[in-house]
Amino acid sequence: MNWITGTLGSSIGKKLMMAITGFSFCGFLAAHLAGNLTIYGGKEAFNGYAAHLHALGPLLTVAELGLLTFALVHVITGLTLFLGNLKARPVRYAVNKSAGGRTVGSATMPYTGVILLAFIIFHLMNFHFVDKTDTTIFNIVANAFSNTGYVLVYIVAMVAAAIHVSHGFWSAFQTVGANHPKYMPLFRTVSIAFAVVVGIGFGFLPIYIFLLA
Amino acid sequence: MTKTINLTLKVWRQKGSKDKGRFDTYHAENISTDMSFLEMLDVVNDQLTIDGKEPIAFDHDCREGICGMCGCVVNGRAHGAEKGTTLCQLHMRHFNNGDTIAIEPFRAMAFKVIKDLAVDRSALDKIIQAGGYVSVNTGGAQDANAILVPQEVADLAMDAAQCIGCGACVASCPNASAMLFTSAKVSQLALLPQGKPEAAKRALNMVRTMDELGFGNCTNETECEAECPKEISITNIARLNREYLKAGFFSRSM
Ligand code: SF4
Ligand code: FES
Repeated sequence: MNWITGTLGSSIGKKLMMAITGFSFCGFLAAHLAGNLTIYGGKEAFNGYAAHLHALGPLLTVAELGLLTFALVHVITGLTLFLGNLKARPVRYAVNKSAGGRTVGSATMPYTGVILLAFIIFHLMNFHFVDKTDTTIFNIVANAFSNTGYVLVYIVAMVAAAIHVSHGFWSAFQTVGANHPKYMPLFRTVSIAFAVVVGIGFGFLPIYIFLLA
Repeated sequence: MTKTINLTLKVWRQKGSKDKGRFDTYHAENISTDMSFLEMLDVVNDQLTIDGKEPIAFDHDCREGICGMCGCVVNGRAHGAEKGTTLCQLHMRHFNNGDTIAIEPFRAMAFKVIKDLAVDRSALDKIIQAGGYVSVNTGGAQDANAILVPQEVADLAMDAAQCIGCGACVASCPNASAMLFTSAKVSQLALLPQGKPEAAKRALNMVRTMDELGFGNCTNETECEAECPKEISITNIARLNREYLKAGFFSRSM
């Protein structure tokens, strides 16, 4: 067995891949949110942000391909872990109670994950893979969020994202071995805080646009 | 006068690993609240024996919370709902007259049911055999204080060494993962100087064996820590992750 596949293919190795890709997505979420906030600056500010982003050219393509690769790793590894865990307990308990360890986030990771995957595909089809020749990104966004259905889908997805992140963030620290009595309480608090920021930060944008229209 | 209670038990009965198994209902009457959970089962078994029926099989040995042989899932909780308690140390005073109690074996692919509530936990022994030891040379014994160990580190190692290998962590883990057990066994040695020479090989081999035995993957649900009768901390799991990744990426061991 090759040492790289041996190490990464183990249960801890798979978790490491989940953690590293997960950390990157947290970074991406933070950057994406920061960019989106320009929408509060109005149409020009938002279109300007989009133009700046596209001016990055090849750098942007590299980032996109990187995110795509990480997404594939995260989804495929997550699915493997999920199926492996189902197999590890073929007979379920008739009565099953939590001892208080699990959280809403930890207990729903695979499900919020699936919601997010479906949402990301939907989101990219709406705002990324569209013809932007005769319009601006602000118009596309404003148009989409004048529709209540879209607003609802986005809010549900952002709640799922917040729940996913609330476990994922601190869990990634634990996985890479960074559990230290001095810092762990902070990681757990930041995890919740970050979840709230993601949920409200992204979740309020569609509502704002909807109200504006 | 000791207080007594009457209970209804729904107990998992399974003749052997091939049998499908089912729940049977029993009545436990005049149970002293000073009894342990296992003593309560003894009373039920006495009656079953008198009635010419097959007594309920369950594992036990020391009955003082130190051997790790006992353990069932009681009303959905491994070793019952009391914190930091093995099943043999769970007393009937925590139950009320008229309660219905569901009793199931620890469930995991890696723990096959032998009979009723007794499960085969030799998978945990196999993890130990893969590296949960230190090699000691024979010869003149060296001075006991030759190798210095800071008190704090010794305490951490002793905390990890409290693990009695009961398997409740596996039973309570939503993923049936054995990470808390394995992490305790790796930590108790990795923390001490005597464990350092074999640390890399130990981490790699124990995790590899754990994976091969069909335990699930840890997703940091932390149910194990909450349920462990010896209150082993998940900081040990973080240490195992460090030990394993360090060994996998930086040591010469394969
Ligand atoms: S870690 Fe705790 S629950 Fe797991 S085997 Fe050891 S004592 Fe039992
Ligand atoms: S019988 Fe020994 S720990 Fe319960």
